[in-house]
Amino acid sequence: MATALTPVLHLVTCGSVDDGKSTLIGRLLAETGSVPSDQLEYARQTRRGGSTIPVGEIDFSLLTDGLEAEREQGITIDVAYRHMNLPNGRRVLIADAPGHEQYTRNMAVAASNGDVAVLLVDAARGVRKQTHRHLTVCALMGVKTVVIAVNKMDLIDYDFGTFEQLVQEIEATASRLGVPQVVAIPLSAFAGENVTAAATTMPWYTGPHLLEFLSAWVPIADTTAAPFRFPVQFVVRAEGNFRGYAGTVVAGEISPGDEITVADSGRTAIVDRIVTHEKDLPKAVAGQAVTLTLDHEVDVTRGDLLAASGPNLAQPADRFGADLVWLSEEPLAHGRSYLLVSGSRSVPATVTSVRYQLDVESGFEHAARLLNMNDVGRVEIATDKPIPMDPYALCRDTGGFLLVDRVSADTVAAGLVRHVMRRAFNVVPHTYDVDRAARVRLMGHVGKVVWLTGLPGSGKSTIADAAVASLHAMGVHTYVLDGDNVRTGLNKDLGFTPEDRAENVRRVAEVGKLMSDAGLVVLVALVSPYRGDRAAARELFAPGDFLEVYVDTPVEVCAERDPKGLYAKAAAGNLPNMTGRGQVYEVPEHPDLILHGTGDLDATVEQLARVILGE
Amino acid sequence: MTDLTVPYVAVLDELEAEAIHIYRETAAAFRNPVLLYSIGKDSSVLLHLALKAFAPAALPFPVMHVDTTWKFREMIEFRDLRAQQLGLDLRIAKNEVAMAEGVTPFTHGTHEYTRLMKTVALREGIDKYGFDAAIGGARRDEERSRAKERIFSLREPGHRWDPRKQRPEFWRTANTTLSEGQSMRVFPLSNWTELDVWRYIQREDIPIPSLYYAKPRPVVERDGVLIMVDDERFPLRPGEQAQMRSVRFRTLGCYPLSGAVESTADNIADLIAEMESSNVSERAGRLIDGEGGSSMESKKAEGYF
Repeated sequence: MATALTPVLHLVTCGSVDDGKSTLIGRLLAETGSVPSDQLEYARQTRRGGSTIPVGEIDFSLLTDGLEAEREQGITIDVAYRHMNLPNGRRVLIADAPGHEQYTRNMAVAASNGDVAVLLVDAARGVRKQTHRHLTVCALMGVKTVVIAVNKMDLIDYDFGTFEQLVQEIEATASRLGVPQVVAIPLSAFAGENVTAAATTMPWYTGPHLLEFLSAWVPIADTTAAPFRFPVQFVVRAEGNFRGYAGTVVAGEISPGDEITVADSGRTAIVDRIVTHEKDLPKAVAGQAVTLTLDHEVDVTRGDLLAASGPNLAQPADRFGADLVWLSEEPLAHGRSYLLVSGSRSVPATVTSVRYQLDVESGFEHAARLLNMNDVGRVEIATDKPIPMDPYALCRDTGGFLLVDRVSADTVAAGLVRHVMRRAFNVVPHTYDVDRAARVRLMGHVGKVVWLTGLPGSGKSTIADAAVASLHAMGVHTYVLDGDNVRTGLNKDLGFTPEDRAENVRRVAEVGKLMSDAGLVVLVALVSPYRGDRAAARELFAPGDFLEVYVDTPVEVCAERDPKGLYAKAAAGNLPNMTGRGQVYEVPEHPDLILHGTGDLDATVEQLARVILGE
Repeated sequence: MTDLTVPYVAVLDELEAEAIHIYRETAAAFRNPVLLYSIGKDSSVLLHLALKAFAPAALPFPVMHVDTTWKFREMIEFRDLRAQQLGLDLRIAKNEVAMAEGVTPFTHGTHEYTRLMKTVALREGIDKYGFDAAIGGARRDEERSRAKERIFSLREPGHRWDPRKQRPEFWRTANTTLSEGQSMRVFPLSNWTELDVWRYIQREDIPIPSLYYAKPRPVVERDGVLIMVDDERFPLRPGEQAQMRSVRFRTLGCYPLSGAVESTADNIADLIAEMESSNVSERAGRLIDGEGGSSMESKKAEGYF
């Protein structure tokens, strides 16, 4: 993280080979003496097919060559890291992101640590779609300074009008995205103008050349940044009862005598010493790797977050609104459990809903249920246990996370926390004297929810209706929550998009929970096509109080029955969100009971009643 | 006017903090990590940083040296002395089968020799002790193909490096999860340059083998490269005779494969000054890399570090 001095500046470069990016980086490296002389010699003597640069002159683009496979394909497919020494002693670590269309994910990697982004634009070709994409990803990943490097000015006769028009267009996008600092430099990487020396060809430009700008850059003051944050990596135990917490200060600063809170547990302690190998420090600031000791024993383990006590403390929460950059070839699976890794912490987590997908070129949000590789989208995430995280805008380290596939161990997504949903922590449930047990005694049976799921027309309502009649005759207190009936009242504001279906399921589950708590046996008849939504419903209940019943009826049979005329409408193209047609139905993996909707109704009802009564 | 000068020490501090962070993550996240120690300057820095990362506790993992049996004699002495001084849990990996078969750099060609004595020996050593993470001193500035290497570099079953399986690295957060048969190579010095390594050795006063400093040594010149005759196993050609020349080594490996440079730099300040003026990449002196621009990449795919 950048400090005032910023000894190491993290630079991300974006743009495609066609924009002249390799040439720009190559020239920067060569002209700052950051390339060994034998590699310069290689760039003088080697020529790629089609190159017009005479042998003996440096082909700057060759200095940034990477892997063999790429060289054959002539493209750059992965992020390359290079260093550059500026004349004032500053080190620049360049994360060079490929400009190719499909590699949003590589852009995101490169931008994740970036202090400054250099966004290349070809002056002759103007602003392109990818320019907006690069800008969007940089803004998303929290890059605060964007340098628009308008390259190939020599090809447009150094025309100020063209430059200005182009810059205005990009600045409009940058401003919509909330990038705090944007500067534009007209240059020619090929001719070496305004790269490491001022150009004489553009007297209308009086700003710094690129190297000058990078040397003089200081981070813009950020008053919203998080105070002290210290994720514990390692508990150090040594002779003499030494117990210290090793980690890196990722935000703010700390001194002995300061109070910290273990954000996970809410316990507080005073920092006793800041230990390093050589000596104790009077203060540690962001970026320093130290070991802290506390004034008294507190329960702290690897993954815990030590934070400044006070109003800006990160509170543990188990629901987050987050942006995901999807990295894996396997699309995001709704309701699947992943490992959420943030700093040194790792907890199981589920994506409970996809709110929208972001078009990184136009900036528009549109409805989506899936995220594919290189997609960016807003989702809701539920973690298995509450963890303290910050909004990403406050701190990249405590607001960013990875999603890891639990089988392949691949990193499938990078996530940025946008909202911490901590409302559940502000509400303290009241405990009543007449409780569930008292009601069970009065009713003579326990309340539960029996969740019938299946395709439209599979027979859920018919089965529920018959089962309730049968149970009622036996003196069981019942109620049916039928999908269509609920949608005429409680849920009449909801449609049939995946997000609305998720909310529909959530509300029905909550109502079912209240009713079963009151002692009723509640039969829910709801298509509820998504596993994730059904799993979230089940999580509300104690084991045994929620029965998932899959009404398994072949789709052809459902379509033939078509009691509500839905299949006919879908066939006519009038029902795009119809489950089993336009949207998928995710068959339950481990239902408590499978009923065949084509079987004899009486036998089916008897089978169901027995399971409900626990016989 | 603000002073924009950045002192070198500030750059080193930041690189040091990053390396320590990587060490701590590795020690905590993996079941059985190991520090690969090859005795050279990078290994010396690596070891020094490891001691810093866990102080005041001792190093929480063992150290392994892949011994090709053709190292400079002084390197082995230095290794054993350091292990004793620091109380290291030192493991040695050797390819005993290849040794018994009489594999030498003179008889089997440098590529096959390196594959057997370094790559295979390393893989066997890792398998023998069941290490799931091996920490090494590779840097991204060493060679062009390393510019895309990850800090946490994944190896598939059989130690295979698959560029397509490499994990994207965000922030300081590493995905250290392994599936069946996978292992990790970890490079805390990824963002260091060769000059950073020397400046850090100077600042921290880190012991290194004296082979890095110029001294009169017995050498022969072959194909324009100066090779030190370190022991009687070196097959001199008819009429060839070792001559004493003031040389030092820029990288240390197997003595028959390490080219010496003529120099009078017998202390670290002179050495750094010489380096700054020459500006030739480090691997230019290593004989094993001289087989086409991408030979390092091919070796890595086989499991070379």
